[in-house]
Parts: sequence; structure tokens; C-alpha cells
Amino acid sequence: MPEKSPEITREELAHLATLARIDLTDAELDHLAPQLSVILESVASISGVAGDDVPPTSHPVPLTNVFRDDVVEPGLTAEQALAMAPDAEQQRFAVPRILGDEQ
Amino acid sequence: MSDTLVAFDEVLTRYEPALGLEVHVELNTNTKMFCGCPTAFGAEPNTQVCPTCLGLPGAMPVVNQVGVESAIRIGLALNCSIAEWCRFARKNYFYPDMPKNFQTSQYDEPIAFDGWMDVEITGDDGPETFRVEIERAHMEEDTGKSTHIGSSGRIHGADYSLVDYNRAGIPLIEIVTKPITGAGEKAPLVARAYVQQLRELIVALGVSEARMDQGNLRADVNLSLAASGSGVLGTRTETKNVNSFRSVERAVRFEMQRHAGVLDAGGSILQETRHWHEDTGITTSGREKSDAEDYRYFPEPDLVPVAASREWVEELRGTLPENPTARRARLQADWGFTEPEMRDTVNAGALDLVEQTIGAGVSASAAKKWWLGELARSAKESDVELSDLPVTPALVAEVQGLVDAGTLNDKLARQVFEGLLAGEGTPAEIVEARGLAMVSDDGALSAAVDEAIAANPEVAEKIRDGKVQAAGALIGSVMKAMRGQADAARVRELILEKLT
Repeated sequence: MPEKSPEITREELAHLATLARIDLTDAELDHLAPQLSVILESVASISGVAGDDVPPTSHPVPLTNVFRDDVVEPGLTAEQALAMAPDAEQQRFAVPRILGDEQ
Repeated sequence: MSDTLVAFDEVLTRYEPALGLEVHVELNTNTKMFCGCPTAFGAEPNTQVCPTCLGLPGAMPVVNQVGVESAIRIGLALNCSIAEWCRFARKNYFYPDMPKNFQTSQYDEPIAFDGWMDVEITGDDGPETFRVEIERAHMEEDTGKSTHIGSSGRIHGADYSLVDYNRAGIPLIEIVTKPITGAGEKAPLVARAYVQQLRELIVALGVSEARMDQGNLRADVNLSLAASGSGVLGTRTETKNVNSFRSVERAVRFEMQRHAGVLDAGGSILQETRHWHEDTGITTSGREKSDAEDYRYFPEPDLVPVAASREWVEELRGTLPENPTARRARLQADWGFTEPEMRDTVNAGALDLVEQTIGAGVSASAAKKWWLGELARSAKESDVELSDLPVTPALVAEVQGLVDAGTLNDKLARQVFEGLLAGEGTPAEIVEARGLAMVSDDGALSAAVDEAIAANPEVAEKIRDGKVQAAGALIGSVMKAMRGQADAARVRELILEKLT
């Protein structure tokens, strides 16, 4: 595989921040972009070790077809589910105003 | 800002439409796709959840085998190839309807791909078949349900939102067509017929309730226009959640007319999602569509790949039902229905009911008469599906049996159906309680006929003179006197015996 520069540009970071609904200031973008590049570089060093004969691996163990029967198992009560929520209302999780549009 | 619409016929003088349909089918499995939570509709909020579908740290998903089988069966029914090996993928996005911050889906390795479905449409030149190519069918999961709290009740201007995760994780199969070109003015009809036939197929497979009004089947309509003869594809818009057959047709028409308006004015179409408004029949701008790369798909490390052995695929192929289109043609021939009669039967959701009623010994015409008449009217009035009425094919057969035996005539039978719908008991009980049985006892009938003759001497005279058709007036008079419960054929015989 050809060596690719792992650098993350300021524009790419701004785009990612928008997708993640994180409001970054110009100063934060300047500060974070080079730091993320360093992290990517460190991770990319692994590809220096893996030769062309090593295929990309998504699963370390060569298993397939691990299935579950379609049988109901006990879950949580609404009370248990909501116990860890910062806020709840009408037995539902209350979340801050949603920015952007519905999926 | 209001849109400039170009008249539909005029659109086609300059542009060629290309359609693409994405249909999400919610499976009717007992449990969710990746955990053992139940999937019942209408449960109290957040009562069908567990650490896995709530995305709690450390929770591990496990694939529901029936979900995979349903996906393969749908793929096979759509003439797809089934992947020998495929993975799930994480689709990352930031929206609280998925607490994991990603939806488990499939990306470049769908379980089913490269299929087709022949769609039957009735255009101006009569019935014709249009082949829709299927790009893929893949497995994914449904999202939670958000309620937006605030003065507007809509997402814009909401103060905050409330989320119920009962639906999060319910298995979905997303079925995507290849671009459908060459349909021209029939594009809206093709879109509608495709969704309609796809629903029939899903129902025949038994893998989903497939109720569009309950969101078990949701259609997204992609549409683009290109200059006629250019041979290219234009920029598309994606109209989300078009949830009835009629709306699919209307949404395609509207977008064709709107695109043409924008293009005629020298503008360009923005690639975006659009919202469909059922009440006004228009679409409005949603969000700019994210590029696939914005979702940063990657293989789901917590789920191992699915490798469907060819033996398993063939075993599942053996479970496929008769193709609904072929079945319709077969039943129509068996029953001797005309094309419109058959269409009415299908549209009323009465195909299975009529078939079962005939199976219970009723003639095709009587089965059709009750299901499409009395019962369809009642279902429509109470806004329920025909199959949800408290009347079954067996009960229809029982009532028709009473008609055939001469206990009831059609008019009285209608009252029995009224009683059945009102939960008054079995047909026999209703006949008894309502006093509906026909009078064919000659003594009572003869007395009533005598009264009618005495009351209508001039009619009686005509009959004596040989004008037998005048007997109708006397029969009517007898029926009225006996509250419709006289055996009309026997009354006629008695009148003629007495007067000729």
C-alpha cells in the first residue's frame, strides 16, 4: 500500500466538528488539528510493520455465523433504564434540543 | 418561498425522469436484531430495552437468526444473489435516536444484491410489465422514537426532545432499486406499483406486518430529471417517509414538476432530502444530504461475518411462497373474476379472505359480494383493515349456508352481518335473537297473500287477465307486511296458484 500522509487538515477537522455538533473556535481548530495529526501518525506506523501480504483484518478470530434464537430475554425495566439518564420525562430520555435535521 | 411547477405533460416534452426507491421493511421477529428485547407495537415507553440496544458500555450484540433468514428470503424473492460472506458495518452519526451514536447496518457487503422485480402497471394502452432492477437488500436496525417538546411541536424551535428506545434495534431490511429510467410519463405509476407489489411480496413471505400506516413499511423516493436524450442522470432529491401508495405516486409527480421548474429557470437541483406533506401534497427542503463518507462506515468488530452456505440458501429458497402476481392471475382464472373485480378485491385487502371463504364452500360470487359489500363498507366506516373485523371466512360461510338453505335471504343475511359486527354472538344466535328466519310456512304466507290480493283488487285483476309480471307488486306488498322475512320465491308461487 502506498504511504499516505496521515495529516488531518484544519478544514477536515472543522467538517468533523460540524458532523459531531461540536462548536470549535478558530483557536481550538488551530490547536487540535496538529494534535490529531500526531495521533494519526502514531497509528499509521502500524502499516509500516504490516507487509503487502497482510490483508486488512476486521475480526481477529476467523468465526462466522454466530446467531441467537429469536426468543425474548429479560431486559431492563423503564425505571432501571432511566436511572442513569441525566434527565427524564414521561418515562422517556430527555435530551437537549436537537440541532440539524432528523435522520 | 413557493415552488414554480411545470405542468406534468410539459415536463415530459423536455426531460426524462429517473427514479430510485428505497423501502425499509420492519421485520416481525419476536426480538430485536441484536438483542433479546421484545418488539411488540405500542408498549409503554422504554419497557423493551436492555444494555445492548441502549448502547451501554460493554454490552455485546448477537445477531437474530430469523432476521438473517428473513433478509435472505426477501433477497431470493427479489431474484437477488445472496452474498457468500458479508459483514455488518457501523454507520456513525450524532443524533439521539440511536444511543450508540451509530446504527448497525451493512455498507459495501449487502446480504442480497443484483435482483429484479417485474412490476405490472395499467397505463393508457392497457396493462404492461416494467422490470425494476434491484441494487441490494441489506440488514440494519430501526432507531428510537423522538418526541419534540416546545411550542412548535416540530424539530425546529423545539426546546428539548424525549426519546423512547423501544423501537431502537428492531430489524429492518432496506431494499434499494437501481436507477429506474425509461418510464417517462409512467414514472409515478411505476413507483406506486413497485411499492404496492413489494408490499404484497413481503406479506406473502410473512416476514413483516407491512402496515404502511404503522410504519412497518416506509418508502423514500429518489428522483432526478435529465434533458431528453442526454443519456445522463441529473441531480437527485430524496423525499423521505412517503407512507402510502397514493403518496408515492403523488410525490414522484410533484418532484418531477418542481425539478422542471427549477431547471427551466436555469437553476440547479440541490442534492438534499425533502419532507413529504400528506395534507398539501408537496415536498419541502429537509437537510443537505450527507456524503456516505460523512458516516465513516467501518466493519462492525462486535459482530462476526455472516457466511450463508449454499445449502442454507437453497433450503430457504424452498420456503418461498407462490409469487403474488402469479397467484393473482391463477385465482382470477379460477374464480372467473373480471380485471376490475380482481383489482377491487386486491385493493380492499380481501384476496386471502375471499380465497379462504371459497375454500369453506362458498361460491366465488357470494364470497365477493359479502367481503366487498357489507363487510368492506363496515371496515371503511370504522377505519380498520378488513382482516381485523370480527367476521371470519368461516362465519361468512356459515351465513351463506343459511342463505343457501333458504333460512335467510340476502337482506336478512345483511342483518346477521350487522349482528356479527356488533358482537351479538354466532349467526344462529343472531337469527334467533333478532327473529330473522324467513317465513316459508305456507299457512302464514297464504294468509298474507290473501290479504295482499284483497287490498289490491286491480292488480289481482291484471294477473287474472294473464299479466303475470304484475305479480311483483303483490310480492312487494307481502314482503312489506312480513318485514322482509317471507320467502319471495314461494310467495310468487302462491300468488300464481291463487290467481291463474
